[in-house]
Amino acid sequence: MKKQLLELAHGRSGDKGDAANIGIIAYDDKEFEIIKKQLTVNRVKKHFEGICFGEVERYELPNLRALNFLLHNTLGGGGTVSLKHDAQGKTLAAALLRMEIEI
Amino acid sequence: MKEKIKIASGQGFWGDLIDAPYDQVKKGNVDYLVMDYLAEVTMSILQKQKNKNPKLGYAKDIPELMKRILPICKEKGTKIITNGGGVNPISCAEAVLDVARNIGIDKLEIAVVLGDDIKDRIDEIINSGSELNNMDTNESIKSVKEKILSANVYFGALPIVEGLKAGADIVITGRTTDTGLTLAPMIYEFGWDKNNYDLMSAGTVAGHILECGAQSSGGNFLGDWQSIPNMAEVGFPIAEAYPNGEFIITKHANTGGRVSFETVAEQLLYEIGDPEVYITPDCVADFTSIKLEDLGNDRVKVFSIKGKKATEFYKVSCSYASGYSASASLTYSWPQALTKAKAADKILRKRLENLNLTFDEIRTEFIGYNSCHGPLSKENNEEDINEIMLRVAVRSQDYYSIERFGKEIAPLILTGPPSVTGFAGGRPKPSEVVAYWPALIPKKLVQPEVKLIEL
Repeated sequence: MKKQLLELAHGRSGDKGDAANIGIIAYDDKEFEIIKKQLTVNRVKKHFEGICFGEVERYELPNLRALNFLLHNTLGGGGTVSLKHDAQGKTLAAALLRMEIEI
Repeated sequence: MKEKIKIASGQGFWGDLIDAPYDQVKKGNVDYLVMDYLAEVTMSILQKQKNKNPKLGYAKDIPELMKRILPICKEKGTKIITNGGGVNPISCAEAVLDVARNIGIDKLEIAVVLGDDIKDRIDEIINSGSELNNMDTNESIKSVKEKILSANVYFGALPIVEGLKAGADIVITGRTTDTGLTLAPMIYEFGWDKNNYDLMSAGTVAGHILECGAQSSGGNFLGDWQSIPNMAEVGFPIAEAYPNGEFIITKHANTGGRVSFETVAEQLLYEIGDPEVYITPDCVADFTSIKLEDLGNDRVKVFSIKGKKATEFYKVSCSYASGYSASASLTYSWPQALTKAKAADKILRKRLENLNLTFDEIRTEFIGYNSCHGPLSKENNEEDINEIMLRVAVRSQDYYSIERFGKEIAPLILTGPPSVTGFAGGRPKPSEVVAYWPALIPKKLVQPEVKLIEL
């Protein structure tokens, strides 16, 4: 069965220069195990095709049932240089929650 | 030594809720009020203000705020720590003293932290062997040296601790890390050893949770956001800190918002990179060691934090002028709103091309359709969309090209697709693009200086 990540997790995103950071937090331990397996670097990179033009880094924070992703070359130059409406990547956590997860 | 201290966050950025710091000192008892005013872009704006008037260059909201909170803080013994001194912390402190005098306060000590501003020392620093290479590109700062608008070192908690030890009621700094503002009172009150990196990391994590104001107490919460009560009267977060490094994140009773595992966890993940290597001037904190326990009633215990020795470097943030930009928007209505907006964009781009203007980038976004999630945006029922705002933004090294772009927007109303509105406020003006140059500097090349001024 497929579910949207939105049902399993919440999160927050922001900017670090031209990179966006996306923290994803599972609602419980079981769901953390599921997202830990399925939110791979490759899957996240593919999900953000046309948005993220650089490397994706992935970190685990089991203490918070969380994963942290750094998406390089994503914010159109970052900070005040960026012409993007969402120059700080504030809405990108929500964008990741669109992903379909196999339960 | 105190058994515990309460540190209240009063501002998440310059421009945050004006009444938040007042509410923090008024609605309950706190030992410290900490306020972060400095985003990266703020330093260059403040530097421009100081260039025009040498008495300016700090967060101008501070004197007005002090008029409201100083009488309460004096009565309750609440100390205030802020980095709102910007590029002119001395003038900020003098303005605060003026306010204090005017409202009849007879005794006030302010510690000012100086030494972070290295704008006029760049050549000397390069000569000392540090080329302030860009942390992202590794390029030497020499390539942008002539265009630098501001250059500041991020100091940590220690200069603030020195100010508190000297007896300050208020500490005003220039560029200090957001986390240092919160860590400093813990070091001072609990007599923490600066080489105890687990404790330094505990205070740093508390600072990270407080530094964005209500973002840890229900604001911008992506979980079950609709269930957060009374956001209109949101309580800003408070850290109730203990000498062993444990602390509880809470907020005043009878305020809106929520402090829970989820709201605190979201803030812990905000703008971090490698969670095991959270670098500050005071320590390298390990965010994978943090344990959270939701105690209920808007109380979350944070404990078990580990960290390592600080690095030998301070981070430097330079801003430099890098061309011009402008953005403009027009709104198209049903029917075929998106198709019309796309047609208008095509016409505009053709006209700009015919004018032989030079742009580094032209960016088009369709607000109401794809400006947030780009290619992930859903494409069903495109023809039924009620309205679309066309947003076009341009950047160039050439001022004239940007200015001319601004003159090509309004004409689209009479010379482009139909049912268009929303052009108001005149032609978009070119604004100067301020770019950032993040770098590292050996700690031994800069010395923080703490100056006490008093009433």
